[in-house]
Amino acid sequence: MKLLNEKSKTTKLLERLILPLEKFGKEEIFDCRMCGQCILHSTGLTCPMRCPKNERNGPCGGVRPDGNCEVYPDQACVWVQAVERASRLPVWRDHINHLQPPVDWQLQGTSSWINLLTGRDSIQPRGWIPLGETGGG
Amino acid sequence: MHAGSRLEHVLRAGRFAVTAELNPPDSADPQEVYNAALVLADVVDAINSTDASGANVHMSSLGSCALLLQAGYEVVMQMSCRDRNRIALQGDLLGASALGVKNVLCLTGDDVTAGDQPEARRVFDFDSLHLLRTARIMRDQGVFLSGRKISVPPRLFLGAAENPFAPPLHWRAQRLAKKAEAGADFIQTQYVFDVKVFREFMARVRDLGLHERIFILAGVGPVKSPKAAEFLRTRVPGVVIPDSVIERLKKTPRAHWREEGIEICVEIIQQVREIEGVAGIHVMAYRQEEAAAEIIRRVGLFPRMLPAQLETVQVQL
Repeated sequence: MKLLNEKSKTTKLLERLILPLEKFGKEEIFDCRMCGQCILHSTGLTCPMRCPKNERNGPCGGVRPDGNCEVYPDQACVWVQAVERASRLPVWRDHINHLQPPVDWQLQGTSSWINLLTGRDSIQPRGWIPLGETGGG
Repeated sequence: MHAGSRLEHVLRAGRFAVTAELNPPDSADPQEVYNAALVLADVVDAINSTDASGANVHMSSLGSCALLLQAGYEVVMQMSCRDRNRIALQGDLLGASALGVKNVLCLTGDDVTAGDQPEARRVFDFDSLHLLRTARIMRDQGVFLSGRKISVPPRLFLGAAENPFAPPLHWRAQRLAKKAEAGADFIQTQYVFDVKVFREFMARVRDLGLHERIFILAGVGPVKSPKAAEFLRTRVPGVVIPDSVIERLKKTPRAHWREEGIEICVEIIQQVREIEGVAGIHVMAYRQEEAAAEIIRRVGLFPRMLPAQLETVQVQL
């Protein structure tokens, strides 16, 4: 679904207006890293880009027994939080089981809201074959 | 048959598979790779070559695989996403396949801070599932991620890892389902020291029917002293060792530590073999290849069958 044309002047202008708002709001609330391809709804509203390994598909094998991060021992693993929070969401609960495509690093720092409206965030590498739900989730 | 590797033959024939880990040396001398491989050669179906495990530099996984292949060994090439971006990873998959690598284990990798050069830049362009899926696409669709055609696609038996002992425990089987769907043919797990937790994990795996879709090899290994066990569980990411194991070693006289460590490992193997859905074991014994070989002999998994014998078994089935 394309509600905006990626290349149009209106989109560019809109992004200039929206970007600071999105950045401020999401950084405050979610400690968002502005990857420009938001999957918060699939991760129990937990930003996966806070993971130092950029895991987009679940926790790595290094999570500490207390549920904290392998890299930052005094911080909770974002994916442990994501799995827990996703199970408490009224909607999108099974989205955590979806296979997320590789990150498009060209979108770093852009507005994911605009990218959603232009459809830019759903453009995947041409050879990538997405999957629907997995497992019994 | 995806790759026709010895490991794939063994697993598809329904035989209990044995793999073991070889840590490539801090050396440019091929002989050091061969010395480590020699003790494992007769007792395993494939040798895993680690990829800068623990984020410490060693000879590259691809380099040591090439040497092992030249000597006629079967390898599982470990590939981590820590040090290479998608361009390098896809190129290495082709290069590895051209050299004769038929089994690849796709990993995210330990973080750079686990190693002795924590100041290094981490890459993590992909996570392990991206790598797995990309390898699968290259093999089955014959294209790179960009969609560009590969004239001769790599034939690979694709593996992934799982840690049944790291939180969130109840979601680990679900993550395995994701890996199965992304393209894994086999799984090698983190060290099993807590058989009870592993049993619970396998029960969830069976509930999801995953044991019928992918081959699961349980990771095992000996600890040579209470100090080594303590090091493993505190310094190596993702390794969980119950206090009972450490207590048992502490009660053992020093002269018998090695023996007791091997005995504990043998007991664990005997228990995990009985669990439905376990298709084999993966022995990890960092720089103790002799101990790994001894363990495999002691649990009666020796001698291994040759591929030719396996073909006969398959026909009989």
